[in-house]
Amino acid sequence: MGRLIDLCKQKLGGAVLSAHEQHGDETVVIRKDAMLTALRWLRDDNDTKFDFMMDLTAVDYFGTRPRDERFEVVYHLFSLTHNHRLRVKIPVAEADPAVESAATVWKAADWFEREVWDMYGIVFKGHPNMKRILLYEEFEGHPLRKDYNIRKRQPLIGPEN
Amino acid sequence: MENKNRLDLNTELMVLNMGPSHPATHGTVRFFLKLDGEKVVHMETEIGYLHRGFEKHCENGTWTQAFPFTDRLNYCSAPQNNVAYALAVEKLLGVTDKVPPRAVYIRTIMCELSRMADHYTNLGAATLELGALTAFIYFVEARELTWDLIESVCGARLTSNYIRVGGLASDLPEGFAARVKEVFAKNRVFWDEFDKLLTHNRIFLDRMRDTGGISRADAISYAFTGPCLRAAGVEYDVRKAFPYLAYRDVDFDIPIGTTGDNFDRYLVRMEEIKQSMRIVEQCLLQLPSGPININDASVRNPSKEDGKTYMESMIFHFKNTIEGIQVPKGEAYVATEGTNGEVGFYLVSQGGGKPWKCRVRPPCFALTQAIGHMCTGHYLSDIIPTFDMINLIGGECDR
Amino acid sequence: MFDYTYLPSPNLIPSLVEMMLKIMFIFTMNMGVFAPVLGWVERKQSALMQDRIGANRADIFGFTLFGLLHIASDALKLLVKEDFIPRGADKPLHYLAPFIAVVPALVAFAVIPFGGKYMLWGHEANLVIADLNVGMLYIFAVASLATYGAVIGGWASNNSWSLLGGLRVGAQMLSYEVAMGLTLVGIFMVYGSLQLTTIGMAQENFFRWGIFLQPLGFILFIACALAENKRTPFDIPEAESELIAGYFTEYSGLKFAMFWMAEFLEMVTIAAVLVALFFGGWHIPFITHQGLIDAMGHLFGPNFGAIAAMLIHAAVFWIKVVAWIVILMLIRWSLPRFRFDQVMRLGWKIVLPLALMNIVLTGLIILAVR
Repeated sequence: MGRLIDLCKQKLGGAVLSAHEQHGDETVVIRKDAMLTALRWLRDDNDTKFDFMMDLTAVDYFGTRPRDERFEVVYHLFSLTHNHRLRVKIPVAEADPAVESAATVWKAADWFEREVWDMYGIVFKGHPNMKRILLYEEFEGHPLRKDYNIRKRQPLIGPEN
Repeated sequence: MENKNRLDLNTELMVLNMGPSHPATHGTVRFFLKLDGEKVVHMETEIGYLHRGFEKHCENGTWTQAFPFTDRLNYCSAPQNNVAYALAVEKLLGVTDKVPPRAVYIRTIMCELSRMADHYTNLGAATLELGALTAFIYFVEARELTWDLIESVCGARLTSNYIRVGGLASDLPEGFAARVKEVFAKNRVFWDEFDKLLTHNRIFLDRMRDTGGISRADAISYAFTGPCLRAAGVEYDVRKAFPYLAYRDVDFDIPIGTTGDNFDRYLVRMEEIKQSMRIVEQCLLQLPSGPININDASVRNPSKEDGKTYMESMIFHFKNTIEGIQVPKGEAYVATEGTNGEVGFYLVSQGGGKPWKCRVRPPCFALTQAIGHMCTGHYLSDIIPTFDMINLIGGECDR
Repeated sequence: MFDYTYLPSPNLIPSLVEMMLKIMFIFTMNMGVFAPVLGWVERKQSALMQDRIGANRADIFGFTLFGLLHIASDALKLLVKEDFIPRGADKPLHYLAPFIAVVPALVAFAVIPFGGKYMLWGHEANLVIADLNVGMLYIFAVASLATYGAVIGGWASNNSWSLLGGLRVGAQMLSYEVAMGLTLVGIFMVYGSLQLTTIGMAQENFFRWGIFLQPLGFILFIACALAENKRTPFDIPEAESELIAGYFTEYSGLKFAMFWMAEFLEMVTIAAVLVALFFGGWHIPFITHQGLIDAMGHLFGPNFGAIAAMLIHAAVFWIKVVAWIVILMLIRWSLPRFRFDQVMRLGWKIVLPLALMNIVLTGLIILAVR
């Protein structure tokens, strides 16, 4: 097991649901209710110091996982000081697709979270401006969910003349 | 507050809609501005006009079918996206080390050539929008020469679709090194010309200096990467921090700015063009001979000749095309240094021939996010150089 | 104080003929030659500067005539294009604006001498339409009228970008008019006149050209003139990447062409003023006015000699004007554009104080010389 995983397990304790290392990428899965404290700690602690939130996305495991952990919100963190990376995953249930917003932790999270809402319909609680970003407001559904039919047609919008 | 503004005519704000079809908002983006005279008081950025469902497309095709889509992310430097995606798939397959060295070097060369072309385009567009049309045409000429090189390798200028999982589409053409030498000689002359025309041009300096600045801390918090981050004084380049391809074996410098304003971004980009030329020249000197494709028929199709001669090769052709490369279950994130910053591919495979998820980390998505922060409080005219130096590429930002 | 020389002299017919000929000449020069041809010159010159081939698409039976046919195709295109008036625009003002823009550019030429005085069959021909003794003041007055065209055009279009462009024009033109007037005070002090013909005659001696007597004034004037012309680097009112097209965003067809023409005519006027004030007007260096007339007189006889001298002088003047237009275009195609506040700073904080300094310096030198 990697150094970062050990560190996370040690410091975050029960918040870490599981952890694995694959192809050299260290991953920790963190409980939803402890996520904000965990992310803050990852950013501020001198041993982790993840000052960059490089990427934020979600994965829909529709049909391959139980419904109460259908989605996973995935953070890719990078530390400039230590030059290391960590993947943080937060499982999200289909019935309650909502997690805490990290916009107060990293400014970059703002738009990335809006994109996840746009594409997966996962709400980020406490986000200052939870609107669609790439699609338009009248768009129906969240296209990157696996149960979104790729042949689905969207209703026409715009002025009626 | 609202009432007070209405009573006092001097402080009434002007609402202005900049874009999506505005001459300066190329790549289609919309700025919703509130102006106090010429000063921007409030700025909202709206993107998504070029969204075409990149991820959904990739999830519904085989692993190899995603390559043409990656071309259209940052279409100014398509080979870099190809490379990033190929590296991510190879990481998932666990064959990163088995890619032949010749392919690795050619990939490096293509990455750096496209970086040059992209910087030329970007700087040219910036000068164009500052009114210096002549400088723009010079930049375009240099870019055309660079694109000629890319064209001679893969037959396409813009959307190259050149890299394959485990190798390349084709080898370098005959006499490529000589052609590179010739083009670089011309490009160096051009470079000096740009330098003379712009770097010490007082008007250009006035427009770029102290505009669109961002502090080091903010740049990090906004997840800036690439030239914009380095202009703010942060020493981070994926090529140095996590060397991939052949970057470990070549000698090059990373230019670092100090102020984080548009002029430093310009200087960083100018210097990177020079460094890219250095890298390409070194790669050509060190270029190993040998195969360009991985020796694993389940990853990279056997040659056409084999496919038409041997039964097994033909079966692999069929399998790879119809079912797709079989990638084991897992996930991988690969970071590469794109022209705009870190281009990262996060791939999730559930086994089988199609990606379960194919996420690209678009560098200019993070950069564009901060444009409101950088332009608020400055003049309307400052949006133009800032927007240009951010180098929003619609294809990459909106995917 | 008023000088009546420009009014019809007792022999009415020759004066009338002379006046008509001069007006026709200037009008054809401006509207017939410069306004259309400058569009071609600009394209060709920029192409030359940018390693391009340039305008060469329009052709008749495959003959492109160096792209000159583009003049015809442009004119045709602009004529038949829809004349678009946006909803909510102030229609009368929207119509009026291009006229207000183009007329001052044309009439400013009335006081610029393109030759000296010549005796033809006992009638004195003066190669200037109106020999006003306050010539330069007239030019300033008329040039400031052109501002209204742009401001009204920007306001009447009912478009935020046009309005911003109009505001920028207003501010920029006003600021630079102040400075421009002051930059030329030095010239008036040196030559002791506002009358352009007098200034022209005073520059008969090559070393008494305005450029040698007023080098600082010349540089400042060129900066102001470029700003008045609203072309790069001072094209902030119509900055295409910021304000789309500024005050004429909502103009199309012939009305757009008129704004376009006004810009080119202003450039001709600026070049002509530059030549008249700083580059010896119609004079050939080291050859006096009378000297040329006498030399031609020996060759062709007194009357035809005077005509020959007149033609040579006019040609010299226009050649100088064309040279200046080329230089102005060179500047336009080389430099990026200023920002609004930088233009203002340049006008008020650099050009204006320098112009004032120039006046003081000129005064001191004149005092010392006397």
